[in-house]
Amino acid sequence: MGQAIAFYTLAAFILGFAVLVVSTKDTVHSVLFLVLDFLFVAALYVLLGAPFLAAIQVLVYAGGIVVLYLFVVMLVNLKRPPEAHQDPHRRTKLGFGLAVAVLLELGAIATYGMTRTGSPLVVPGTNGPLPGNTEQVGWLLYTSYLIPFEIASMLLLVAMIGAIVLAKREL
Amino acid sequence: MLLSAALFIIGVIGVMVRRNIIIIFMSIELILNAVNINLVAFSAQLQNNVGQVFAIFVVAVAAAEAAVGLGIILAFYRNKETVNIDEMNLMKW
Amino acid sequence: MIDQFVIPLLKIVVVLNATLLGVTYMVLLERKVIAWAQSRLGPMRVGPYGILQPIADAVKLVIKEDITPVRADKWVFTAAPIISMVPALIVYAVIPFGPTIHLFGRPVSLYIADVNVGLLYIVSVASVGVYGIILAGYASNSKYPLLASLRASAQLISYEVAVTLTLVSVILMARSLSMVSIVNAQYNAGVWFAFVQPVAFVIFFIGGLAETNRAPFDLPEAEQELTGGFHTEYSGMRFALFFLAEYANMIVVSSVATTLFFGGWLRPFPNVAALHVLDVIPSWMWFLIKSFVFLYIFIWVRATLPRYRYDQLMRIGWKLLIPLAIANLVVTGIVKVLIA
Repeated sequence: MGQAIAFYTLAAFILGFAVLVVSTKDTVHSVLFLVLDFLFVAALYVLLGAPFLAAIQVLVYAGGIVVLYLFVVMLVNLKRPPEAHQDPHRRTKLGFGLAVAVLLELGAIATYGMTRTGSPLVVPGTNGPLPGNTEQVGWLLYTSYLIPFEIASMLLLVAMIGAIVLAKREL
Repeated sequence: MLLSAALFIIGVIGVMVRRNIIIIFMSIELILNAVNINLVAFSAQLQNNVGQVFAIFVVAVAAAEAAVGLGIILAFYRNKETVNIDEMNLMKW
Repeated sequence: MIDQFVIPLLKIVVVLNATLLGVTYMVLLERKVIAWAQSRLGPMRVGPYGILQPIADAVKLVIKEDITPVRADKWVFTAAPIISMVPALIVYAVIPFGPTIHLFGRPVSLYIADVNVGLLYIVSVASVGVYGIILAGYASNSKYPLLASLRASAQLISYEVAVTLTLVSVILMARSLSMVSIVNAQYNAGVWFAFVQPVAFVIFFIGGLAETNRAPFDLPEAEQELTGGFHTEYSGMRFALFFLAEYANMIVVSSVATTLFFGGWLRPFPNVAALHVLDVIPSWMWFLIKSFVFLYIFIWVRATLPRYRYDQLMRIGWKLLIPLAIANLVVTGIVKVLIA
């Protein structure tokens, strides 16, 4: 019961802040709402029994990525707001339409899933021999998913070099 | 699940409707977060930590994407002094 | 009921109040120590030897006029001091001041929570603290605070990398992220990690100086260049919040250093039975003594060293500390594998 209340409160906060992120005019405020959103998502992870991922979420998203966004927003100190420019080819309605289409699609999948309550998908737990969430996740990362892990680190390296090349004025 | 779907939709609307590319990037982050919530929820439901492992991969990819994306934005801003995607038509012709 | 709610609540109240009191007296201590270093007397008027000075300061700051610049971003301007204060305080949730003791016939652990991901929690909460500074600079809508906040946040992010890497080598030693387990690992190893990981400790301490924006890395507040740093436009209680947050962060860094590298609540030579006399001093007292030594070193460094130039600061961070931390981590890993 308490868990359900906590979940719905967190969900309400997450959605509310997400709406604010998308709808706020001021970019800096938008970034701030994004941080709050990420923090609440981290709280949700704790609720769902993934404290390691919650800490990663705060560390990487709130502490890293969003600071980067904030930096860019402050560097790109806009003299004219981007929304002021009206493009005749702009199709805002079409954008909403596409979003609604995705919504319908998801709804269809959801209802399909609910009508098909035949055999619930049960995957045998592969949680490894270790206690504790961090240990389990680490164990999985370094055994079954070692190669994806290495690929992810390569991707990060490539992204790092790419970002430096892009951001440097002249090489 | 519904939460994740709703967050996903908000992200999609953000991508479609806003013109400020920084906000579009943030909407993409929201979408990735929606995916992560889904993964973690399933991982909790099925008592299987593989979902969390994948969520970590998603976080790594999101970080890479943000770094490169913001690099592109900065480079573009230096050239054209705008972050409006409607004016980003360099590759059009 | 009592174990579930009352005791944690009491612990939170005690820790928060002790922290705030400690922070206010940190300010007095700093003024006194620097004064002695410069052969002055420091504050002497309020109370004997200026002992009541923090209270006078607090009263002054509270009753001062609270100014919000006209062109400031009101909401963000108001939120920024709070954002910088809150992370500094909630870190204390996982810092273990002592082991489980018996108080009035009831086992009471001298920490608020022993989280499985304790160390990661500290790092991530500390990374959120950057926002207070960035937003203060941005919201003031004034050039010096903006410059200072860009400097501060770049500095924080750069040094965070090195500090986190040193923490990883400690985690390798302790095989756990939980603060309590790290102290226990030091008990089992019979040696404080500072002697096993001297490089990590030095990097951690330098990084800690930089992360709390202390001298010699106090560029974001360099008076000669930036008037008052990112809180130039703040006055009264809001300024006080920034000030307190900085000192609270100093206490956090010292207590984390104590826990990770100097055995937390353990007495010196925890395994040598001959030194049992040292147990006269209770465990939490050892913790406080060690943290106090660190705080004193913080002030001592400020009184001694001149300020770095900004490019020097960045060069130290990226070209010296981070490679060193990585090398230390690799060596630790190799040694661990060879021994095991």
